[in-house]
Amino acid sequence: MNLFRDYRQKTASPGVRLSTLTIALAGQPNMGKSTIFNLLTGLNQHVGNWPGKTVEKKEGVYQHGQYDIHLIDLPGTYSLSANSPEEIIARNYILQEKPDLVVAVVSAANLERSLYLVSELIVLETPLVVILNMMDVAQQEGIQVDPKILEAAIGVPVIPMIASRANGVRELLDYIDQFTEGELIFDPKMPQISADHQHVKELIDQLIDGFVPDYYPKNWASMKLLEGDVEIYEIIKTVLPLERWETIDNILKKHEDAGLAIASGRYEWIERIVRASVHRPKLGQVGLTDRIDRIATHPVGGLILLALILGVTFWITFTIGTPIQEWMDTRILAPLGTLAQGWMLGAPAWVISLVVDGLIGGVGAVVTFLPIIIIFFAVFGFLEDIGYMARAAYVMDNFMHWMGLHGKSFLPLFLGFGCNVPAVMGTRVIESWPARMLTILLAPFVPCSARLAVIAFLAPAFFGPKAFLISWGLILSTLLILIIVGVIINKLFFKGERSAFIMELPLYHIPHWRSAFMLIWQRSLSFLQHAGTLILMMSIVIWALSEFPGGNLENSYLAQIGNFFAPIGKWMGLDWKLTVALLSSFMAKENVIATLGVLFGRSTEIGLLNTISATYTPAVGLAFMVVSILFIPCAATVAVMKQETGSWKWTFLNIGTMLVVSVAAASAVYQVALLLGL
Amino acid sequence: MQTLQHQVPLVDLQTGERGTIITLDAGKRLNARLSTLGFTPGAEIFMSHNYGHGPIVVKVRETRIALGRGEAKTIFVKREI
Repeated sequence: MNLFRDYRQKTASPGVRLSTLTIALAGQPNMGKSTIFNLLTGLNQHVGNWPGKTVEKKEGVYQHGQYDIHLIDLPGTYSLSANSPEEIIARNYILQEKPDLVVAVVSAANLERSLYLVSELIVLETPLVVILNMMDVAQQEGIQVDPKILEAAIGVPVIPMIASRANGVRELLDYIDQFTEGELIFDPKMPQISADHQHVKELIDQLIDGFVPDYYPKNWASMKLLEGDVEIYEIIKTVLPLERWETIDNILKKHEDAGLAIASGRYEWIERIVRASVHRPKLGQVGLTDRIDRIATHPVGGLILLALILGVTFWITFTIGTPIQEWMDTRILAPLGTLAQGWMLGAPAWVISLVVDGLIGGVGAVVTFLPIIIIFFAVFGFLEDIGYMARAAYVMDNFMHWMGLHGKSFLPLFLGFGCNVPAVMGTRVIESWPARMLTILLAPFVPCSARLAVIAFLAPAFFGPKAFLISWGLILSTLLILIIVGVIINKLFFKGERSAFIMELPLYHIPHWRSAFMLIWQRSLSFLQHAGTLILMMSIVIWALSEFPGGNLENSYLAQIGNFFAPIGKWMGLDWKLTVALLSSFMAKENVIATLGVLFGRSTEIGLLNTISATYTPAVGLAFMVVSILFIPCAATVAVMKQETGSWKWTFLNIGTMLVVSVAAASAVYQVALLLGL
Repeated sequence: MQTLQHQVPLVDLQTGERGTIITLDAGKRLNARLSTLGFTPGAEIFMSHNYGHGPIVVKVRETRIALGRGEAKTIFVKREI
C-alpha cells in the first residue's frame, strides 16, 4: 500500500461530501490560534484533557451549510518533534486520527519562525491550509507579507487574517467550502533534506521498509530517526529485528549531527519563501515591542514595572471584588437562607440546619469567592494576552534561580495569589518535569485570596491601626518561607538540578475581547467545577461533624477532634475553638471566619470581631494568623495536586511540609510574642 | 565596511552586537529545541539585552527569545564587528 500522495503532481482535495468535517487547528504558541478557535466555536466547545495526559484538549463544533465542522484545537507547539508531550499529542493526532484537513496558523509578524511548524506539517499526508494571522501586528512592526506570493511559494492555500478583529473568517469558510467541493488545489513544495544526508536517509528507508506501523509514513519515520526523535527511536527499536536495528543504530550514531542539518534544511526552505513574500520597507525602525521592552525587560525598571502591575492587580481585584462579594453575601445568600427556612417550617431542625448552614453556606463560600477569582483571572488573562507575562517571567528569573527554578515558574506562583487551584494547574507551562513538581510543591505556600481575606479580617481585631503593617509583614514572611522551602526541597529532592530556560517573548498586541472573555469564562468554569464541588461536599461534611451527635457544637465530633489536637494547639496558644477553626480551613480557607462565627454564636462580622479581640491576646492572635496563612492546602488544592503530579507521595510531601512549617512558625512566633509581652 | 570575525559563545556578545550562529553544543535534546526555534548554523542573531548577569534576550529570525546564561554558553557565534 502506498501511503504517500505523489507530491510531484498537483492534487485537488478529494471532495469530501460528509455530514461532518474534522479539522485540526495547529500552530505555534502566540499565533492567535485560540482566538480563531473561539471565533468559530463560540460557547459551543468542550474543554477536557487529552487521554492520559495533563494537556488541555479543546474541541468545538461549528455549523456551516449542510455539514458540521468538528474543530480540534491541537496544543500549541513549535515543531512536531518529541520534545514535549504537547508535540507528541499534536503529531499523533494528525497521523493516527487522520483529520480531513489541517489548518496551520502562522503569524505574519513572525513568519520565519512560525513557518517551521508548516515545514513539518506539509510533509504529512493530510491536506494543509495556512492561515496568515496577525496582519495588523506585522504592519505595526513595519513588515509586509504578500499572501498570494506566499501561497505560490508554499503550494498550499494561504488565507490572510486578523483574528483579533474577526477579519478573514468568511474567507476561511469559503476555502473550506471549496475543499469539500473538491476545488481546492494543493501543490506543496516540500523542504528537501541536504544532499550529504540524502543517501543515509535512503539507507534507513530500506532498512525500516515493511516494519513501520501503518499510521507512520515510512518517509517521515526515517526522517524522525535521523533527527534523533526519542519516541520514534523507541517504537522502531521494538518493531525491528535486532540485527536490522543494530545496523540502523550504528548509522544514527555516526550521523548525530543530522538533527541540526535537518532543522537547517527546513529553515533554508523557509528563507526562500520569506525572501519572496516578505517586504520590510523601513529597516532599522524601532517597533512598538522594542520600545516597551526597554523598560519591561530592564533589570531595575522591569522589576519596578512588575511591582506596580502586581500592586494594581491586587488593588483592582480587592476594590472591585470585595464589595461584590459582600453584596452577594448580604443581599443574596442571607435572604436565600431566610427564604429556605420559611419553606421548611414543618421540617426537623437538623434538615433546616443542613440546608441553611450546610448547603447554602457551602455554596455561598464558593459563590462569594467567585467575583475575586474572576477579576483576578481577568487581569491575569489580559496581561497574558497582550504579551506581558513572558516579560514578568524574564525579570523574575534571577529570583527563581535561588530555588533552582526559572522565570516560567513565576507565572503559576503569581496566579496562586488568586487561588492555589489554578496555580497548580498553571504549572503545565513548565516543560521540565522536576521544575514542574517543585513549583507544584511550592504553589500552596502562596497566600491565596481566601487566606488573604482571613488575615484582612483578623488583623484589625488584634492590631487595630497596625493591622496593615502586620498583614504585609505576614505576607512577605510567607514568601520568604516559600523561598527557603524551595531552596531546601531543591537540594534534597532535585539535587540542585536546573532546567533550560528558553522562552519566547511575543510581540505586544491588542487582545481580542471576545476571545479574552472566553478564556476568563473557561477558567472560572473550571474553577467552579474543580473547587466548587469539593468545597460544597466538604461544607456538608463539616456541617455534619459540627451537628452530630448531639445537635450542639460543644459536644460535636468537631469539638472532639479539636480537643484531640488541643495539645498541639497549645504550643501555639490556641484553644479548641481556634484549633477547630484552623482544621475547618482544610475544607476551604475562608471557613476560618465562618467557623469562628458558628463557635462564638456571632452572625455579624463586627460582633465576631469584638468578641474575639476580647477573648484572645494579640500573641494568640498573631500565632493564629501565622498558622492560618501557612496551614496545609485546602481540599480542592490537594485534589488538584494529586491530579497534576499523579502521585500521592508528592502531594503528601507538600501537606507534611506545610503542616510542620506552619505549626513550627506559629509556635515560635507565639513564644517570642509572649517574651515581648504581647 | 571591514568585517572581522571571531568565534565566541553567544553569552559574550554585548547588548546591541550582532553575530552569525556557527554551531550548537547543548546536547541532542536541547540542540533540537533550540534549532526548532531558529537557532541553526548560519542564522543571524542580535543581542537585545545582556546585562552581564541573569538571562539574555536575543532576536533570531525576527523572534525575541529569552535564554538562560547556561544555554547561551552552548551556542557559538561569529561576532560581527
